[in-house]
Amino acid sequence: MTPLTAIATVEGNRRPRIRDHKAATLGLLIIVGFGTLAVLAPVITPSSVHQQAGPVFGPPSSSHPLGLDDSGADMLGLVLVGTRISMLVGLTSTAIAVLLGGAIGVLAGYFGGRVDSVLMRLTDVFLVVPILPLMIVVAALWGPSVGHAILIIGLLSWTPTARIMRSQVLATRERAFVRRAKALGAGHAGVIWHHVLPRVRGLLVANSVIVLASAIFFEAALAFLGLESVATTSWGTLIANAFNRAASSAGAWWAFVPPGACIALMVLACSLVAMSFEDAGNARVPESHIFAGRLEVVRDEQ
Amino acid sequence: MRNSPLTALLPLTRRLAAAVVVTLAVAVGNFFLFRLAPGNAANLGLVPNASPELRASLEHQFGLDQSTATQLQAYLIQLAHGNLGVSFANRRPVADNLWTALLNTLAMVVPGLILALVLALITGVYAAWRRGSVSDHALRAVALTMFAIPGQWLGMVLLYGARGHLPAGGISDPFLVGTGFQAELADRLQHMVLPCLTYALIVYGAFMIVLRTSLVETLSEGYILAAKARGLSNRVILRRHALRNALLPLVTLIGLTIGTMVAGVILVESVFSWPGLGEAIYDAVNARDYPMLQGAFLLLTVVVVLSNLVVDMTYSYLDPRVRL
Repeated sequence: MTPLTAIATVEGNRRPRIRDHKAATLGLLIIVGFGTLAVLAPVITPSSVHQQAGPVFGPPSSSHPLGLDDSGADMLGLVLVGTRISMLVGLTSTAIAVLLGGAIGVLAGYFGGRVDSVLMRLTDVFLVVPILPLMIVVAALWGPSVGHAILIIGLLSWTPTARIMRSQVLATRERAFVRRAKALGAGHAGVIWHHVLPRVRGLLVANSVIVLASAIFFEAALAFLGLESVATTSWGTLIANAFNRAASSAGAWWAFVPPGACIALMVLACSLVAMSFEDAGNARVPESHIFAGRLEVVRDEQ
Repeated sequence: MRNSPLTALLPLTRRLAAAVVVTLAVAVGNFFLFRLAPGNAANLGLVPNASPELRASLEHQFGLDQSTATQLQAYLIQLAHGNLGVSFANRRPVADNLWTALLNTLAMVVPGLILALVLALITGVYAAWRRGSVSDHALRAVALTMFAIPGQWLGMVLLYGARGHLPAGGISDPFLVGTGFQAELADRLQHMVLPCLTYALIVYGAFMIVLRTSLVETLSEGYILAAKARGLSNRVILRRHALRNALLPLVTLIGLTIGTMVAGVILVESVFSWPGLGEAIYDAVNARDYPMLQGAFLLLTVVVVLSNLVVDMTYSYLDPRVRL
């Protein structure tokens, strides 16, 4: 489980409601911005992006605002191209994880009984296993490639989604409108599709932002450990290349700061969006009884 | 009857049983996972240009001609005896390699965690106390940023900042051996600064955010108002009534994020060549040293399962309302 999921779980995000519009908007803008860059990358970067444009680790200049990397290629172009792969890995693996986790959670919560206990025992095992080491093991066995990274991150990131969706569906299952639909003769698929899913959709969206953040994180981690093909250009492999060529000791901060800043910005944006969702059932605004030495009761302005 | 020592132990044994089941499941999964590895001990190039007869004899020797069930049984029996195989890379028993690595990892993680907790306590309490102020917003922004930063990258940034002043990697300077206790200790500490600091900073963010949120909620509880009505000073209320209760979610968070802390260990150790479990995994991946990788993965899982158990027990000890 990622810390973000943990924070969200501890803070309680069972029924999502936007709490902080400004933060959520800023986060969404950043995510959409990176998405746009990823789509436009082939158009705005020259085709010669991987070719040597100057000296190895050449410092930033007017023609190369982010300097040159360990092969003398333009960092700005590389970061743009890297955005494309990182966003591709992040979004596709998130889609896999959310679909898988959502399906498992809905099935377990809706049918209950034996289906529930089998699926949840499986989830419990995967929830306990340290996820990055497991990803590393599978990636090492499958061999390094972007496709493998997507599959591995997607197939191993579904557990939090499954847990959250299960508890939500469990709560929805016994609601009057679901029982009414069943009594009127609706099939399981119909009830799930028309009555259960619309109720849990918002939560699924909130949860997928968290999964996206962790997917970006894992992409960078796998790349750093050499488990994404060396020929790939992503935020993760750019950092890995800079590290392998000792950019830190060489003083070439520009070779690793930009891709890392992109990862941090992306994860930060996801955190902002995710943390703006609040449990509607827990919407009590905390009033502090003591506050910085003053006696009066102060309302939290969040 | 309800409070007899035996019934009190029952939930604990159930938890222990669950932990054993998970560990067994992972061990079995581990066995099948590594059968996907290309080649086996008999044809992985340990003996170059081996004749088919020699291969067959090796396969027999390693039991590779037996049925899967027999091999699994043999693997689990060896595992129960603490035999994790022999490392391809340095030909030493995997268990010995892992033991040394685990001790080194703890030497980095424990100071790092303590530093992170102290930082989170100071800033979290201050932010909750001055809730809504500029410093509260600033401290939370810093914590969220720390949380968003990839560990390997933060390590490189700190390495860049300290280049020439602090050692770039390793756990000690091999040339200092025999120069006296003080010199060696100073050298060790110098090597610890960057990895511990990096590790502390990457786990700090989540700690601080959860502690602040929890403290803000605790401060709105009725018993805080009651304590205030009794005329207790803010400082006493904060320390004795609020902070103690606010620490509970932090224990939960530590339990939930042990897996992430393991990820941090791998990345930080890889950056600083710190010879712990994370570096062992990094090296094993690069050398395709499957026995080491398999053993390290299993050990990490056991550590995580045990830590979860300890966290659960701590939680029910701190909050007697929670039954295991």
